[in-house]
Amino acid sequence: MREIVQGSAQGGVHEIVEVSVEGVARVFPGNRGGAPVQALAPTDLQVAKNDFITILGPSGCGKSTLLRIVAGLDRPSAGRVLVEGREVRGPGPDRGMVFQSYTLFPWLTVAENIGFGLRERGVPVAQRQEIVAAYLDKVGLRGFEGHYPKQLSGGMQQRTAIARALANDPAILLLDEPFGALDNQTRGLMQELLLGIWERERKTVVFVTHDIEEAIFMASRVIVMTARPGRIKADVPVDLGHPRHYTVKTSPEFSRLKAQLTEEIRAEAVLAAREH
Amino acid sequence: MSRFRPLQPVGGPARVALGLSFFVLFVAVWAAATLGGLVPRTFLADPVTMVQDGWLLLTRFGFASDIGVTVWRVVGGFLLASAVAVPLGVMMGAYKPVEAFFEPFVSFARYLPASAFVPLLILWAGIGETQKLLVIFIGSVFQIILMVAVAVGNVRRDLVEAAYTLGASDSGIIRRVLLPATAPEIAEILRLVLGWAWTYVIVAELIGSSSGIGHMIIESQALLATGQIIFGIIVIGLIGLVSDFLFKAANRLLFPWKLA
Repeated sequence: MREIVQGSAQGGVHEIVEVSVEGVARVFPGNRGGAPVQALAPTDLQVAKNDFITILGPSGCGKSTLLRIVAGLDRPSAGRVLVEGREVRGPGPDRGMVFQSYTLFPWLTVAENIGFGLRERGVPVAQRQEIVAAYLDKVGLRGFEGHYPKQLSGGMQQRTAIARALANDPAILLLDEPFGALDNQTRGLMQELLLGIWERERKTVVFVTHDIEEAIFMASRVIVMTARPGRIKADVPVDLGHPRHYTVKTSPEFSRLKAQLTEEIRAEAVLAAREH
Repeated sequence: MSRFRPLQPVGGPARVALGLSFFVLFVAVWAAATLGGLVPRTFLADPVTMVQDGWLLLTRFGFASDIGVTVWRVVGGFLLASAVAVPLGVMMGAYKPVEAFFEPFVSFARYLPASAFVPLLILWAGIGETQKLLVIFIGSVFQIILMVAVAVGNVRRDLVEAAYTLGASDSGIIRRVLLPATAPEIAEILRLVLGWAWTYVIVAELIGSSSGIGHMIIESQALLATGQIIFGIIVIGLIGLVSDFLFKAANRLLFPWKLA
């Protein structure tokens, strides 16, 4: 068995598998009698409890499909996903999700958005307000609790979306290119924010991205996927300690990983480009 | 820089001034055509006669109660239609089998002209209030159902998915995602259909009625009192303008997030 993230206090303790993807494949029926499209080849993947993994791949490689299947928003054509030993049959509050598109409820304020899941689960108002206030602080949105999503920048909206997912206290946090639409500077800050929260709260995180630097900086493990049909090509451990500072991006180890992943992903991007 | 360019916004006071000036222009052309003798009095009353006739109607012939009766009929029939159509439309938008069951029939029924039902409804319900309400109901209900179903069916899928990952149940999705997401659009649909309901009520009152604005108009026709007819029509327009204004004000109050 593999050891938990290097640098963590529990180093050496055997991991507990939180998410187990077993032979999951996804075939989409063809459009108007066209040939069916295999988005995801049969895939196996284990994610350890409290681990932070990133799934890296070119666009259209089925990485989002895999994440949506774990979330229960899409069904596998074959195989199954186990979360804490139970098979996933649909979405649920144990798997929080942050989407690439801005999915805050436009009719609710920032505070109401963060409290949405708590309200759906019948958490009493006083307790709800307490949790919402705590997460407003954690994502640095104190003072914006009464704003509507429309009044926020993209970065602030995604911070609210992260707070909304975390306030529900899910065992697993799934993120589908959450910072993909943000400018470079904002993206860097968001990465640090999310990493900081993870370093303190230690949730199981599966983070999908096509950005190599982002994949290395955030994760203790980078899963590289191939071009369509998506398949896991490489499973690269990231041995950078925690707490991780943004300056790690200029370290030799980071550069080595970046060079290695660039090679892996380039071959796939070339294949993907040829196909489209 | 020129201010008259495509999509260039117009300021508040200028907007009001422009809107009013067309009313002024309209009345001016009308006055010129009638008072200038271009159009015979018999066919079209001039604005002055119209105002005098209107004053007489209100002070001598109890036209205010006619207006009250017509407003009551429109609002009553419209509320009945909304009470049936909005929940059904929401269910159709949310649940595709329900939509598959009702949609073809509603699409068919939508094209049945409410005015053509008037003779039949008189046969069934007499010429009382029930018949008037039914005309408006038939005219409005199918339109609202279809438009609400489309609005609910078009709610962003990712918002629904986000709510599911936050632990929402199916009824939670309907009540706390689909309904609030479409509420402004539903309000807009109701505003639109209320305008059409005014057409149906006048048609219902033109045939077999002893009160209401439509009744007054058909009586005035027999007397060739075009001033009264025009006054009646203008009153309807003004009521529409006021109800539109109220709807919009209510929307601003109820859905501040739309404007934010």
